[in-house]
Amino acid sequence: MLDILAVTGRHFIEKLAGFGRATLVLMHALFVWPQPRTSIPLIVKQLYSVGVKSLLIIAVSGLFIGMVLGLQGYTILVDFASEQAVGQMVALSLVRELAPVVTALLFAGRAGSALTAEIGLMKATEQLASLEMIGVDPLRRIVAPRLWAGFISMPLLSMIFAIVGIYGGAVVSIDWLGVYSGSFWSVMQSSVDFYDDVLNGVIKSLVFGFVITWIAVYQGLQSVPTSEGISQATTQTVVYSSLMILALDFVLTALMFGNI
Amino acid sequence: MSVSENVIQISNLKFMRADRCIFKDINISIPKGKITAIMGPSGTGKTTLLKLIGGQLTPDSGRVTVRGSDVHSLARAELFALRKKMGMLFQSGALFSDMSVFENVAFPLQVNTDLDAELIRDIVLLKLQAVGLRGAIDLMPSELSGGMARRVALARAIALDPEIVMYDEPFAGQDPIGMGVLVTLIKKLNQSLGHTSVIISHDIQETLSIADYICILADGEVIAQGTAAQIRESSSEKVQQFIHGYPDGPVPFHFPSVNLMDQLIG
Ligand SMILES: Nc1ncnc2c1ncn2[C@@H]1O[C@H](COP(=O)(O)OP(=O)(O)O)[C@@H](O)[C@H]1O
Ligand SMILES: [Mg+2]
Repeated sequence: MLDILAVTGRHFIEKLAGFGRATLVLMHALFVWPQPRTSIPLIVKQLYSVGVKSLLIIAVSGLFIGMVLGLQGYTILVDFASEQAVGQMVALSLVRELAPVVTALLFAGRAGSALTAEIGLMKATEQLASLEMIGVDPLRRIVAPRLWAGFISMPLLSMIFAIVGIYGGAVVSIDWLGVYSGSFWSVMQSSVDFYDDVLNGVIKSLVFGFVITWIAVYQGLQSVPTSEGISQATTQTVVYSSLMILALDFVLTALMFGNI
Repeated sequence: MSVSENVIQISNLKFMRADRCIFKDINISIPKGKITAIMGPSGTGKTTLLKLIGGQLTPDSGRVTVRGSDVHSLARAELFALRKKMGMLFQSGALFSDMSVFENVAFPLQVNTDLDAELIRDIVLLKLQAVGLRGAIDLMPSELSGGMARRVALARAIALDPEIVMYDEPFAGQDPIGMGVLVTLIKKLNQSLGHTSVIISHDIQETLSIADYICILADGEVIAQGTAAQIRESSSEKVQQFIHGYPDGPVPFHFPSVNLMDQLIG
């Protein structure tokens, strides 16, 4: 009994210490005097590898999810003879929920794991140590641009997901199932609110982007510098960020739409 | 030897990793302008020692002074200034994988000096010429062989003309020719640039041939220090075992375990 308590306690303390270290890394990387001349090119480069390279998978997934939503929405709504509301259903589910959450899950798998592996490899091949010996702080040079890039690209990717998804929904409902296009778009326009729906969706994706990159970068930095260590850290990035995304999504949804 | 001649002075250094003691209480002096070799079995903490000298790790007790200043009581900015005087060649080379050979060698100059691009290019060319790889200037690290990567890393380590250059196992995994090239290169650089060299190595013969001064570590202690001749003639059993590579002796080949017979039967 006492053993179980001790083990749980140790586990909890270790997790807490890990969280503390991760917070220090974050503070140290982000709260510095900005040096636009060196940091902007570094951020742009990371925007490419974190954001642009995730674009295809995000767009394709968005298209399919939008099409599925159109199909499912239509079969339910047609029973109530309100199939013209399918536009509203597709748009609201994408903008409020599916775009931020699915984009974040895909982003964690695509960009988050790559970030962890990259930083872990830099650690294992002593690139981080040699930056330090050259007199450059790896947290500023390596970690900070990646954090900013994740933070910036997640909302953009999520918006692209929503737009492509809505287009997919429209193709299915209008061109295939024969919903009248005028009512499809007008119902959608009158029901989606910029602040309540679009802005809240963007806030969600900002939070997710921040959490994923933070987890990814920290996992890379604290990985055991061997091949097993790096692969383990990569897996953990995906597991932890997925759990965090789903848990935070509930909290944020409750705060935004729960009318508490 | 007076203290002023020692660029690096390690006194009563103790260092623990988790609950394992890596260094118990070691004292090493590294004389200025000479080649000092640090030898010892793998896992004794040679790389750790270099990281302690470079201020990347902090000792549990004891002092490391470099050029008269205590590395671990320096402020961050002072430590970074001191590091500009130290070049370090990491075991794996540690070239930045997203930069070309040119960018790798130019990097320390770009971040630590105000030199203009043209001058930096000239310096990079000279450093690459010194390691015989001027022709590889536009290659990426992934296109280099292990030996070439090590030499590019050496060019980067000496880019800022440091006073101290630390080499972490520069000969490991080199073919005989590459090894010969590196040995001559290190010797030549030491003579022509007049810097202090600290070499970590397992390769007894190569090391004995170029080092002015040798220090052997084992079990967290310094088991021998002296010139190559003094080491060869050392009467210590541990030292003899190490330099001749006998499998068994005071330094056991087997990881501590129960008696083999007991384990087979029981
Ligand atoms: N980052 C680390 N965390 C924990 N233990 C480490 C770490 N780096 C090295 N060690 C341990 O410290 C000891 C000394 O390592 P190292 O200095 O690399 O040895 P050497 O270079 O002499 O082969 C080894 O036993 C190694 O397992
Ligand atoms: Mg080593």
